[in-house]
Amino acid sequence: MTHPSDTGPAAPVLALRGVSKSFGAVRALRDVSLDLFPGEVHALAGENGAGKSTLIKTLAGVHRPDAGQVLLDGAPVLFHGPGDARDSGIAVIYQEPTLFPDLSIAENISMGRQPRRALGRIDHKATRAATAALMRRLGVGLDPDRPARGLSIADQQIVEIAKALSFDARVLIMDEPTAALTGSEVARLFGVVRTLREQGAAVLFISHRLEEIFEICGRVTTLRDGARIASEPLDGMTEDDLVRRMVGRDLEELYPKQEVRPGEVALSVRRLTREGVFTDVSFDVRRGEIVGLAGLVGAGRTEVARAVFGIDRRDAGEVEVDGRALTNGAPSTAMAAGLALVPEDRRAQGLVMNMSIERNIGLTGLRTTVRAGLMDRGAERSRSLDWAAKLHVKYARIADTVSTLSGGNQQKVVLAKWLATNPKVLIVDEPTRGIDVGTKAEVHRLLSRLAADGVAVLMISSDLPEILGMADRVLVMHEGRITAEIPRTEATEETVMAAATGRAA
Amino acid sequence: MADPALARAVRRSPSVRWDTVVGALLVVVLLLSFTTVDGFGNALNLSFLIGNTLPIALIALPMTMLVVSGEIDLSVASTAGLSGAVMGALWNQGMTIETIIPVCLLIGVVCGLVNGLLVTRLGLPSLAVTIGTLAAYRGIAQIVLGADAVTDFPARYLDFAAGRIGDTFVPYALLPFLVLLAIAVVALHATPFGRSLFAVGAGEEAARFAGIRVRRQKLILFTLTGLTASLTGVFWALHYASARYDNATGLELSVVAAVLLGGIDFDGGKGTLGGAIAGVFLLGALQNVMSLVNVSAQSQIVVTGVLLVVSVLGPRVARQVSAARRAAPPPVPAAPPPVPEASDPVP
Repeated sequence: MTHPSDTGPAAPVLALRGVSKSFGAVRALRDVSLDLFPGEVHALAGENGAGKSTLIKTLAGVHRPDAGQVLLDGAPVLFHGPGDARDSGIAVIYQEPTLFPDLSIAENISMGRQPRRALGRIDHKATRAATAALMRRLGVGLDPDRPARGLSIADQQIVEIAKALSFDARVLIMDEPTAALTGSEVARLFGVVRTLREQGAAVLFISHRLEEIFEICGRVTTLRDGARIASEPLDGMTEDDLVRRMVGRDLEELYPKQEVRPGEVALSVRRLTREGVFTDVSFDVRRGEIVGLAGLVGAGRTEVARAVFGIDRRDAGEVEVDGRALTNGAPSTAMAAGLALVPEDRRAQGLVMNMSIERNIGLTGLRTTVRAGLMDRGAERSRSLDWAAKLHVKYARIADTVSTLSGGNQQKVVLAKWLATNPKVLIVDEPTRGIDVGTKAEVHRLLSRLAADGVAVLMISSDLPEILGMADRVLVMHEGRITAEIPRTEATEETVMAAATGRAA
Repeated sequence: MADPALARAVRRSPSVRWDTVVGALLVVVLLLSFTTVDGFGNALNLSFLIGNTLPIALIALPMTMLVVSGEIDLSVASTAGLSGAVMGALWNQGMTIETIIPVCLLIGVVCGLVNGLLVTRLGLPSLAVTIGTLAAYRGIAQIVLGADAVTDFPARYLDFAAGRIGDTFVPYALLPFLVLLAIAVVALHATPFGRSLFAVGAGEEAARFAGIRVRRQKLILFTLTGLTASLTGVFWALHYASARYDNATGLELSVVAAVLLGGIDFDGGKGTLGGAIAGVFLLGALQNVMSLVNVSAQSQIVVTGVLLVVSVLGPRVARQVSAARRAAPPPVPAAPPPVPEASDPVP
């Protein structure tokens, strides 16, 4: 949905004027100006490293600009910390909500400043009533007494928004709020954002998903290498226009799918079951094929991948790689058979964050870069250098810890680590989540080339355009079962979503 | 001490390593002791120093690996005590020492296996498990031997465990220890097994996703630790010519203190065996010196405690100094990492 680029009253509620900020030799922001008007949802676009997060932190009072000004209602302000910004009505909603799981929604919202009764006792009734009023204002029906544990991430973010409103926030900065949300959750969150907009709040919205920017935002400011490229209405712009501003050149195709004639079956899964999680899952992936595994979060896709690779034990069923049956619950034998899994959570599962790039890539070579039972350090280093170069990982030194890399480069290290094993079958779980559009295209090109070289690829993704753009065949899971298998020619958002929500025949 | 020199070294090197600092400290302490402490430098005293430190050094070998992999074993001293008690009891029964020692080692293996199975199969925290078995194994030792002290082991063995080569400072027992040390250094720092221990300690889940058999490795480590602890128990009984149920009481704290002092990160994933052994001998040398200059036993305990706190603090300070050195010219301690954008998206 788009709406007029009309930005309401002429006075911006929050503005940046010629702001610069450097960290050592790195100039994170260069002479950036930005106007946020009441009643608008304003997108902030740019690749990883473009300066989005420095800009947010400057608005939120975390960083102080080296030059330039922050204007609140037209008057220069100097925030001495996030508390100052919050008290001025500026709230930041981060991607990962930070609620106390065992406290109720109302307690979370009033944390630290609960209404009191005599003798300093907390007035639970007033707390509840205040929360209920906030929920009504946002137009959502969340029960104030419900504990935060078990809320979907979208609802947790809505609680964070309510908390911000309880501080009388007039400016909401949303930093990739939708990265971990499913389609229907995004719709729910956007409903709340629209309500806020109609009530006159200014929203600064950051997302790597371009279609969301076009759906919810009225104007967009694009950053590249710390400088503002443009601030303009989104009406009349195309996704390609926006990408061009972000990357500074025409991006090659985002979904460079090559046509490959599928070969033999490389991965065969038969009647795989893990009780209470997924049931009777069977499918094949052939050499040269990219099979998409779609479905809502919680449908059991990641769990199937874990059981196939052997991280979790299966209760029933068989898995074969190239005709070799895999032992239950043994990732090491799966690797030996030629299976690789790029997991969903790269920080906890994909990488050892405090280890070097070299050692992280080396982790999958502990059986191969060995001579006479000892580590062959030369071979290990050249293997790591080699694969880091093949995947265009940007780093200063191969011995730097991976935690110093940007998200997109971290994901490339995970891919490097697994491609270094020369897998016959590659399972990738959310391979491009949270990485910028340039790196995303690179990852897609890589997957496409791997398939062309005869690797069987199973791609789990919540990014529907990615599934439709890359997959030869789409498997759809719903509540722990495969509910549809859709060939590329028939796969559309409608057919896939119908199967994912259980509406398919 | 040579603090200015140390500070200069810290300033010069962009990434000063704590194990190097401990090694340098050990050298400094030894040099100072040689020149200023009467009676320190003679061969007999040095052989005492080494002989008394060997039990700690022995257990530090597997303990270092355990802590690197993110676990700990506090039952080691009790296992050593149990092993000594069984040795005494069986000796009283008239068994030959050649039969007894393998039995003792087997008991150590069982003790370690029990710890390992409780940790890896039931998923219990090793700190809690081994505090429990610390009490249990010591209790069994008391049941086995009661309040007896067995002292009449064969002279050949006693001489080996307490003697030294000629008039040198080298105890006989140092030689087999050096062999074990070499094996342990290679195992931890040059084999795939050792490499994977660092990964397990720094990121257990990621290690599992990389096909590392985490539980099996931890079970092996706990078992090796039990075996080494029982070997230490045998050595202890022979070295001091006394097998009692309360042998080596409290030794686990010295081992843990020395290992942490040597720069092994309590959170796992960091450290070198060289640093740990330097820490062990630094502690041993300080205790020896304090005895020579008649520092009371109570004060020695205070010094050990302070060292333990320093050991946890030291590596952290060293890391922050390195980080500050690496940061841009104007020292901004809390500045975020410069190049990558900090809004790193994914959970």
